[in-house]
Amino acid sequence: MESIQTMLHMGGYGGYIWPAYGISVVVLLLVLLASLAAARKNEAELDVLQQARRGRRNGNSSESQE
Amino acid sequence: MHRFANPARFLRLAKVILPWSAAIALLSLAAGLYFALLGSPADYQQGESVRIMYVHVPAAWMGMFCYVAMAVFSAMALIWKHPLADLLAKATAPVGAAFTFLCLLTGSLWGKPMWGTWWAWDARLTSMLILLFLYLGYMALVNAFDDPERGHKAAAILALVGAVNIPVIKWSVDWWNTLHQPASVVKMGGPAIDASMLVPLLLMALGFKAYWVCILILRGRAEIAAQKIRVIRMAQIHAAAQAE
Repeated sequence: MESIQTMLHMGGYGGYIWPAYGISVVVLLLVLLASLAAARKNEAELDVLQQARRGRRNGNSSESQE
Repeated sequence: MHRFANPARFLRLAKVILPWSAAIALLSLAAGLYFALLGSPADYQQGESVRIMYVHVPAAWMGMFCYVAMAVFSAMALIWKHPLADLLAKATAPVGAAFTFLCLLTGSLWGKPMWGTWWAWDARLTSMLILLFLYLGYMALVNAFDDPERGHKAAAILALVGAVNIPVIKWSVDWWNTLHQPASVVKMGGPAIDASMLVPLLLMALGFKAYWVCILILRGRAEIAAQKIRVIRMAQIHAAAQAE
């Protein structure tokens, strides 16, 4: 318990060190999540469009065969 | 380089690289954080506050590295009309902006206990703030046009003009009297820093680089998909107009 307190205290600089690390983690995670979401969203939308186009090109005959 | 200009090849390559870069980022950041917060000694002058260095300095390196990458991609786009270069420059900008912001923020949190001030209008700090504004300007400009081609071109020119700021940042501590300490890792005659502090510093730097690769791949994928969506939509509008 005491070691956690000294860890948080950081020789009196805890109030500067922990926000520096905490905000860095949050900012980098936010950029990562936003990038992941953008890739997923655009790729899903593209999939739908391409499937619709393929379906139209093949016409109804291929759909009835499936 | 033109071998990599093909989006299909980029996507294939990205699929192979992404798990590796994610693993490298996770492992080196985990090890880097351990050494930064627990496994390294306090500084004899600065005490424990020196631990802020392990985020601050790698973040500053990344802020400049991403800008150079963005400028190189922009030059490739303007000169050789690389179809991917514009997209990669655009994908790098938010990462560079994030790291530059973190560099300024952690620097402020380090400056308060060590210099007695959150901020000073000194050459190093001011040129780093300008770097952040260049990123923000780039991101605003690249999205400011209805025609993405025009946005890419205008933003690429801004990126190249702004590149003059990079040497100013690097040598600002030598050219002007400043509060900021001079370079202690990348300098003639080897680093003036103990191995126990160099290890977490380099681990964090490696982790941040691998993180950038991951984001570049993810945002590159998003941009390529967005471009294909635009082409399909344009074709649909065209077909609909002809049918009428």
